[in-house]
Amino acid sequence: MRYFVNRVLHAFVVLISVTTITFALFRLMPGNPAQAMRAQFEAQAEARGQTVNPDYLDAMVAQHTGFDPDQPWYIQYVEYLQDIILYQDFGHSIFYNEPVFDILFTAMPWSIFISVYGLAFGYTANILLGAAMAYAEGSRFDSYSTVLATFLNSVPYYVGAILFLAFFAYQLGWFPSGGRYNTNLEAGLNVQFMASITHHAVLPIMSSFIVGFGGGALAMRGNSIRILGEDYLRVARLRGISSERIATRYVARNAILPLYTEMMIGIAAVFSSSVVLEFIFTYPGVGWYTYDAVIRRDYPLLMGSFLFFTIVTLIGILIAEFTYGIVDPRIGSGENNESY
Amino acid sequence: MSHTDEPRTDGGEPLSDEQLFGQLAEKDRVELSRKERYSRALDAYVLAPARVAWEDWRMRFGIFIITMFVFVGVVGTRLVPRPGTNQAPNNLQPFQGGVSAIWEDGGWIDIGLEHSYSFQYFSIPGFDLEYPLGADNYGTPIGRNLVHATPDMLEMVIAGAIVSVGIAALIGITAGYKGGKIDSFLMYITDIVMTMPGLPLIIVIAAIYPPRQAWLVGVVLAIDSWPGLARALRSQVLTLREESYVEASRTMGLTSKTILSRDITPQLMPYILINAAHAGRSVIFGAIALYFLGILPFTTANWGIMMDTAYSEAHALVNLANFYQIFWPMAAVVVISFGLIMFAQGMDRVFNPRIRARHAKKVGGDGESVDN
Repeated sequence: MRYFVNRVLHAFVVLISVTTITFALFRLMPGNPAQAMRAQFEAQAEARGQTVNPDYLDAMVAQHTGFDPDQPWYIQYVEYLQDIILYQDFGHSIFYNEPVFDILFTAMPWSIFISVYGLAFGYTANILLGAAMAYAEGSRFDSYSTVLATFLNSVPYYVGAILFLAFFAYQLGWFPSGGRYNTNLEAGLNVQFMASITHHAVLPIMSSFIVGFGGGALAMRGNSIRILGEDYLRVARLRGISSERIATRYVARNAILPLYTEMMIGIAAVFSSSVVLEFIFTYPGVGWYTYDAVIRRDYPLLMGSFLFFTIVTLIGILIAEFTYGIVDPRIGSGENNESY
Repeated sequence: MSHTDEPRTDGGEPLSDEQLFGQLAEKDRVELSRKERYSRALDAYVLAPARVAWEDWRMRFGIFIITMFVFVGVVGTRLVPRPGTNQAPNNLQPFQGGVSAIWEDGGWIDIGLEHSYSFQYFSIPGFDLEYPLGADNYGTPIGRNLVHATPDMLEMVIAGAIVSVGIAALIGITAGYKGGKIDSFLMYITDIVMTMPGLPLIIVIAAIYPPRQAWLVGVVLAIDSWPGLARALRSQVLTLREESYVEASRTMGLTSKTILSRDITPQLMPYILINAAHAGRSVIFGAIALYFLGILPFTTANWGIMMDTAYSEAHALVNLANFYQIFWPMAAVVVISFGLIMFAQGMDRVFNPRIRARHAKKVGGDGESVDN
């Protein structure tokens, strides 16, 4: 129980730290976005031939960022934290002229959809391929797969995405080249609409699969081979335990554990990759809005999407950690080392 | 050679060193000169592993690729002319003329004594290359662009690898060795950075403070890659710190700094080197992605910028006739990262005797039970 409380507390601290970083980047640093935004509004007003009133500019900035530039920074900071944690107020998008939270909240499920499937497929493939390679260790299959896995590891996911898009979408026309679903269809819980969503998601998921795939298969292979040499396996064989039981309970379980921790780190990478993937597939998730915000210099939206990414990643890691306790019963026993 | 100032542990009548250690003691106690120590360290940590490493084909392959890129970056830029628009026909296809260009005049390659390929300072007679990789929509030869982008890419990789490995080594080794509160604190920070989504953070930083120099891009991208390595190094140190020779050093009263730099870090060097290669790979992946998205400022020639131009201006994905424009820079990224991974794997093989030992044991002992 203490373990879970600790983890949740830790997640909370990470959230506060990240919010502090965005606040610092946003407000405190010289040449910060708040000043840039002010200049932007000033230019807009001048373009319309209006006289520029400094109070009006301050009010505009305050409306979009949710903070008052006249207040000292610590009061701004407290208000900023309060807004985000208590009221889910991430500011106001300049370009879309809507609350950032609303824009991102509707976009978020799509990003999670792509990333979670990519991650799940990637790690399943890792485990299966790695186990097969370890089982056939030293064979021709093993050496070919090792080279193949290494090669796939050196192909960036966006290169995969570009190849998929060029050949499967534009050339062969098997899959749509962008969007989340066919907009001609009526949205709802009908088969056609669901099929359209799946159809649009195939290529992004395949590309996201490359992110999750990575070097995991080789790690799994290494772990399995290491465990195959352990003494307790020999003992298990001598005791006459069946091969299936040895393979699943003794080898697989112990070999997967290090991979599981690696996956927790990988969650951040998979969500991060969606910025590039959603840009390539014009798939309007949080990543796409991040890119959009950078191009349009829409700082509230940019900061908001960074916080969204952090929150989604934190939740993903929390889920992984809670289930880790089920996979590995040793958790929470704690290795307390003497300190020097 | 008296040891009167040293505490005697046995408390009994002190025996003379001569009795205890014999004639050899004299020789052993001779302090090594600095030069000698360095040459020994060089042999133990650099030359010997290098000799072993060369046995592994992946190592040779990795070193070959890396050397090739370094060669192109250092020498190639001096030989190949600077790229510019309208140097070649617009939209020139790669290997114009196909295989027949080898024996026919015109096309991408000409062979014959009347032809010569001129570098900037000298020329090689016998053959001539005409923009073998093609040119983009503005007639910029892609090959020249690739070559002249290499120094910046290498600078990025090196800066990123040094910074991320440096931070990771500092934090990971200290945390693992010191333990206790320092460990918890440092690991807390590491966990925070690790759980932050790296690419969006870098995008936010790059959008507010656009890095213009190549090394700065590498440093910014290093933010994403150090925490994992720091954790890995820490767990390595956790096993090393219990070794008897480390304990001996501690009993002798050596400072933590000395123990860390003399006893522990050399043991981790191969591991650090392997991860430097991996960090370099992730830096180049990230950098190209950000240049491709157009988030980093377009400065000099750059593989990511080439991809972006091919994508947005030549529509290389829709119009497959232009696909070669995006293919070459992608191929460069894949090849360099393949080289880095091969290098890392070769190192891993060399410095991980456990893999071999386990392997041998398994083959020897389990033959009767694993009958597949």
